Amino acid sequence: MNLSRTARASLWTALVLGLGVIYVPLGVVVLNSFNSDRTFGWPPPGFTLQWWGAAWRSTGVRDALWTSVQAGLGATVIALLLGTMAAFAVQRYRFFGRDTVSLLIVLPIALPGIVTGIALSNTFHSVLGVPLGLFTVIVGHATFCVVTVYNNVLARLRRMGLNLEEASADLGADTFTTFRLVTFPMMRSALLAGGLLAFALSFDEIIVTTFTAGAGVRTLPIWIFENLFRPNQAPVVNVVAAALIVVSVVPIYLAQRLSGGDPQTR
Amino acid sequence: MTTSAALSRPGPRGRLAAFLHRHARVRLSLLLSAPLAWLGLAYLGALAALFVTAFWSTDTFTGDLVRSFTWANFQDLVTGDVYRTIALRSLGVAVAVTLIDLIVAFPMAFAMAKLASPRAQRWLVILVLTPLWASYLVKAYAWRVMLSSDGVLGWGYGLTATIATLSYLWLPYMILPIYAGLERLPSSLLDAAGDLGARGWRTFRTVVWPLSFPAVVAGSIFTFSLSLGDYITVKIVGGKSQLIGNVVYDNIGAANNLPFAAAVATVPVVIMLVYLAAVRRTGALENL
Repeated sequence: MNLSRTARASLWTALVLGLGVIYVPLGVVVLNSFNSDRTFGWPPPGFTLQWWGAAWRSTGVRDALWTSVQAGLGATVIALLLGTMAAFAVQRYRFFGRDTVSLLIVLPIALPGIVTGIALSNTFHSVLGVPLGLFTVIVGHATFCVVTVYNNVLARLRRMGLNLEEASADLGADTFTTFRLVTFPMMRSALLAGGLLAFALSFDEIIVTTFTAGAGVRTLPIWIFENLFRPNQAPVVNVVAAALIVVSVVPIYLAQRLSGGDPQTR
Repeated sequence: MTTSAALSRPGPRGRLAAFLHRHARVRLSLLLSAPLAWLGLAYLGALAALFVTAFWSTDTFTGDLVRSFTWANFQDLVTGDVYRTIALRSLGVAVAVTLIDLIVAFPMAFAMAKLASPRAQRWLVILVLTPLWASYLVKAYAWRVMLSSDGVLGWGYGLTATIATLSYLWLPYMILPIYAGLERLPSSLLDAAGDLGARGWRTFRTVVWPLSFPAVVAGSIFTFSLSLGDYITVKIVGGKSQLIGNVVYDNIGAANNLPFAAAVATVPVVIMLVYLAAVRRTGALENL
């Protein structure tokens, strides 16, 4: 490419600086989780594992973590089903209102979370009479998670083409067998990538959760927000934050390998 | 072989498969049924119900909903100077955040897509994606610590702090679509522009920017929408400033006035719908 040396250098600088800005606050959080000073005095007077122990023993954290995992799994399963179905319909068929379907799927993340949150809670509360709880959280999360699965599967279907499925049908396999033996194995990694993103989206969500969770349901983000302004909980909040940062690396790496590791994309 | 058995002696499963194979419309309706029921009926229905509520009111004594039509909420919204200021301020914050993210994200995405080696690319994408998984609250909190008057930056809390924090929070949402868009852009086009005599800036203006515009718009949908609806970051670093989200939240919680909250919530929805309608033709929605 015909970029001047200065242009190249400044683009690289922008990238490195940008990543620096992204990571410095996260680094501070991780470092502070070992800070022996309760109020995060800077520079840290000493390092300790005491807060990690406290967080490990905290039942509030454990319960919230478990609730978050349940909500994330529930939402992911629903999003996988709905997203895959919609992606097949939009990619494999031509029909009236096809563009509207894509718009509809994008809408829950395109609209501000607070709108989705109060719309759903109002419907549960005053229209359907469903008590708010874990179930309503899952419904709320699934609504905005569909899009991640949809996009991944759509992209995969576009790339897959129809040849292999047609070959399978020519060899005598019926619709179900072709799906089981040909279509599904080819989509598996896209499903896993979409599902991981859906889980991540659900795991970190707080706004829709605030409105759709009943009084007793506390996901990890809700727990963090409740304890964020309590000075004596600050070290434990910080440990939870640091743990989330560290743990998040694994699924992201997997999702990336699965969706981007395909030689066809290059 | 199950397949040959299904061919020679069609059982119920085989007949169903054959039926589905012959009737594309039935397959399509089955595929669309659940997603449309969920998003078309339930979700749009919920939005519609909320919109209807905006024309109701609450009884000032009992706090119960009064289900009779009134324009009062929208009148309050339009005539109240406070609300107009807050709406404009929210819009301003969303625009500022989107622009800042665009200016920061574009060079980063370009370096990732066009300068880095394929191996480095994968690591860079992971580097940008990972912070998305770190809790939103934690990041806002980290900025609270840095912005506090004795913190590293020491700007104090307020609107500037809110804009900075929101820009930070949504930056990856802008980088990733632009990166994906630029990665799809064949490098040969850039070489061709160079061979035809275009310098860097001209190549950017006439080739790179027009072709990556849908991706930019896709990113801006995230940054814009996420900023418009936010009320939590404002609570953490915004000091006394309020955005639309806070007005909605306060009216649901403390004021227990769902109809007015619903009326206020239509403001970001209308802004987003206008925005989505305007950008639909660019193909941005396929880039999300």
